[in-house]
Amino acid sequence: MARLIRTEKEVEGRFEEVWLVVEEDALDQWPAGPQAIVGRDATRKDALERVRGEAKYTADLQLPGMLHAAILRSPHAHARVAKIDLSKALAAPGVHAVVGPGDAKGLEEEPGYAGAAVAAVAADTLAHAQRAVRAIEVEWEELEVVLDPEDAVKRELYTAEPTTYERGDFERALADADVVVEGTYRTSVVLHNSMETHQSVCEWVGDTLNVYISTQYIWGVRSAMAEAFDLPADKVRVVCEYMGGGFGSKNDPGEYTFVGAELARRTGRPVRCALTRREENTAAGNRNATIQKLIVGARSDGTICALGGEFINAVGWTGWSAMTEGPMQMLYACENVRTVRYGAKINTPPMKAFRAPGFVEGTFGLECLIDELAAKLDVDPLELRCKNYASSNDGKPFSSKNLMECYELAQAQWDRRDEVRARSTGTWKHGVGMASQIWFGGGGPPSYAWIRIGSDARAQVVTAMQDIGTGTRTAMAQIAAEELGFPLDKVEVSLGDTSRGPYATLSAGSSTTPSVGPAVRAAAADAKRQLIEIAAQRYHVEERILDIKDGNVVSADGNVNTAVEKLVEVLEDAQILGKGARGPNPTGMSVLTFGIHVVEVAVDVETGEIRVERVYAAHDVGRIINPLGARSQVEGGIIQGIGHTLSEVRLHDPESGRILTTTLDAYRMPTIADVPEIVCAFVDRPDEHLTNLGSKGLGEPPIVPIAAAIANAIRDATGADVHELPISREEMLRALQSAKERERRGAHAAV
Amino acid sequence: MSDLELTVNGHSYDVRGARVGISLAQVLREELGMTGTKIACNEGHCGACTVQIDGVPTLSCITLAHAVEGEVTTIEGLREHPLVDAFVQADAVQCGFCTPGQVVSAAALVAANPTPTVDEIRHHMAGNICRCGTYPRIEEAILHWRD
Repeated sequence: MARLIRTEKEVEGRFEEVWLVVEEDALDQWPAGPQAIVGRDATRKDALERVRGEAKYTADLQLPGMLHAAILRSPHAHARVAKIDLSKALAAPGVHAVVGPGDAKGLEEEPGYAGAAVAAVAADTLAHAQRAVRAIEVEWEELEVVLDPEDAVKRELYTAEPTTYERGDFERALADADVVVEGTYRTSVVLHNSMETHQSVCEWVGDTLNVYISTQYIWGVRSAMAEAFDLPADKVRVVCEYMGGGFGSKNDPGEYTFVGAELARRTGRPVRCALTRREENTAAGNRNATIQKLIVGARSDGTICALGGEFINAVGWTGWSAMTEGPMQMLYACENVRTVRYGAKINTPPMKAFRAPGFVEGTFGLECLIDELAAKLDVDPLELRCKNYASSNDGKPFSSKNLMECYELAQAQWDRRDEVRARSTGTWKHGVGMASQIWFGGGGPPSYAWIRIGSDARAQVVTAMQDIGTGTRTAMAQIAAEELGFPLDKVEVSLGDTSRGPYATLSAGSSTTPSVGPAVRAAAADAKRQLIEIAAQRYHVEERILDIKDGNVVSADGNVNTAVEKLVEVLEDAQILGKGARGPNPTGMSVLTFGIHVVEVAVDVETGEIRVERVYAAHDVGRIINPLGARSQVEGGIIQGIGHTLSEVRLHDPESGRILTTTLDAYRMPTIADVPEIVCAFVDRPDEHLTNLGSKGLGEPPIVPIAAAIANAIRDATGADVHELPISREEMLRALQSAKERERRGAHAAV
Repeated sequence: MSDLELTVNGHSYDVRGARVGISLAQVLREELGMTGTKIACNEGHCGACTVQIDGVPTLSCITLAHAVEGEVTTIEGLREHPLVDAFVQADAVQCGFCTPGQVVSAAALVAANPTPTVDEIRHHMAGNICRCGTYPRIEEAILHWRD
């Protein structure tokens, strides 16, 4: 039965109260552990076409008569368009239309960052469009530029009001603490740099707008485009079957799609608007920089009694302020916590969600601070974490939490410390560090799925979700096959089209599998029930003794054992249709994911070179649907996190605010040569309170703890406290120098 | 504009009136419809556009089409290569945008050296960026490509 509920909805750590119609989740969970198909390795359903280059991405789409758009972007970090002359651009060869500020959403008259879109051209080729963009004449009135986030906070320039949180009595607890450790931690701006740049192709067909776009959320694009062009949402069709990575940056249409649709409207032709790699590095979103002033107080027995933090998110001109304080509030059983978070509005390109936004940055600060506390208390960092283990989240019970099992799994890795340190020779010092992971990833309603079974006994799951490369298409096929009792190769998944399937949630917040998966299982159960009804009538047996296993209809008494093909061949063109919906999340419970990384590093104390040699990762994300795909997610998250930690940084000119690192040789992402040995483990225990699957998401958790674990391993190896990301050689040498000075002062004091 | 003759995957193609300065990647994708060759940076930094010219891995986005003299092999010409199945089995693909370029690079490696070591794989493949981080799987796929 459909039920109207008021519930809390979470995406990327942002909560809102919403009304939802949900259907009860009537299915019992499968028993823990691998089933016939779920919980076993499956190669990707769409691997072949991707590997062979046959999958058509948005970038590959060529519509007849398609024009190409190019965007004029502001060279100034803050300026007003005093005068703009589009006429020369319009007269340039090959040009069909030119739009300026106010003509399309996202074209700014007062750009607030270098790279903000101001005008755009549609032409026969991209080269023509780019040439015409250079012919647009603009008279700029330059405005005041604010680039320093601390300066912005001082002047109360915020993207949103500051967020404060307190539990217990922080001041008093801190005053009573036996040991206090404080530090300032900084993280830099890093970029998503998906291999397929942000892009879309827009075309008007009759009164309908078709949008082909590389996106993580076709339904979000549909709503935003409908609103921008004042259309009923059904008059916008959004398609994304394959997309070349997003990592959080592709949740909305972006100015390029608004511009493309407007140019398509004006020209009556399809228009592609694709960002170049340099635009991608400038204006496609980023993980914002943070400044974290943190303090922890503990009793001499290792009980953490006070945690405090002042967090500045350097959000940029627009964007939202992620929950950087989240780990501090949620990871440990500390009774007295006080945090304040500022979102600084500065003249830099806007942030966009990036794989566990806020928690990646906040975990770096917190988990380094905890290790520094362990050093000061002279206790084992793992013991300290176990001692302060949280059994509830601010009084709310966890739907499931197996972090302790993760710690137990990691114990053997942690015990390698002496052996690893003993490898140190000459200037190369070896060490081991760890950090914990906490993040959301429970998903939620609404999401829906349909399933159809034809007389060939093949099943097609239809759900308008996305597979952004995480393998969710394969996970859905496994879930459907498991429930139906079909072999995996008899199940296909159709996705990525708002006009050809029911609503499914966005591919962000580690939410696709936990949100859409239960709906797919419910749809499969509905279809299976119908198959069994048909079988009962055909074979004259009671429904309750019938089941479907490995593609065969079987009865408990052994009298029926027939291939499903035989059963359904009578259907001819008729189809069995099942439908399913995602049920509600458990009320009053905190649904979170947990894990731990143990990292082994080597540091050359003479040159500052850092090598990550081994990463052990243990994660608790409920039931694992596809262990093969899950391992790939963990490896990918770790590798991306190693980039964030050691080599990636987007630089801007501190005077003008212009972006300096716009190419992939300036912005340095990990290559295959930078990859350490990675070992991963999963607790793989269903969350008994969460849906008919007990599965949580895994896209984000593996990137959360890696930076802190590396920094803690560096401390273990060298004694140096690293407080800033990325840990470049300069930063490493600076940290080594200050450790040396501290030691010298300590020696002096001892004398 | 200038006419262009190319041999791609064993077939010869006449491209009439190709713009002078057009890249090989553009000709393959836009004129010949071979979109398996991806353009991700368009300035020779990422390897997504890798093709082979006479067996040598080449960045087609910074190769002038008119200057190509040898035989071009693209992912479309390597669809039956055992590496394809090795990539599928090893899960060496996530979003898949860089993957065709990875396969083309890897195919050149194993043609010259059928049993590369891990170090040789890392050296040879370091020019192909994968933002999803499928590197350990790529390494596994190349190590076991003939299994």
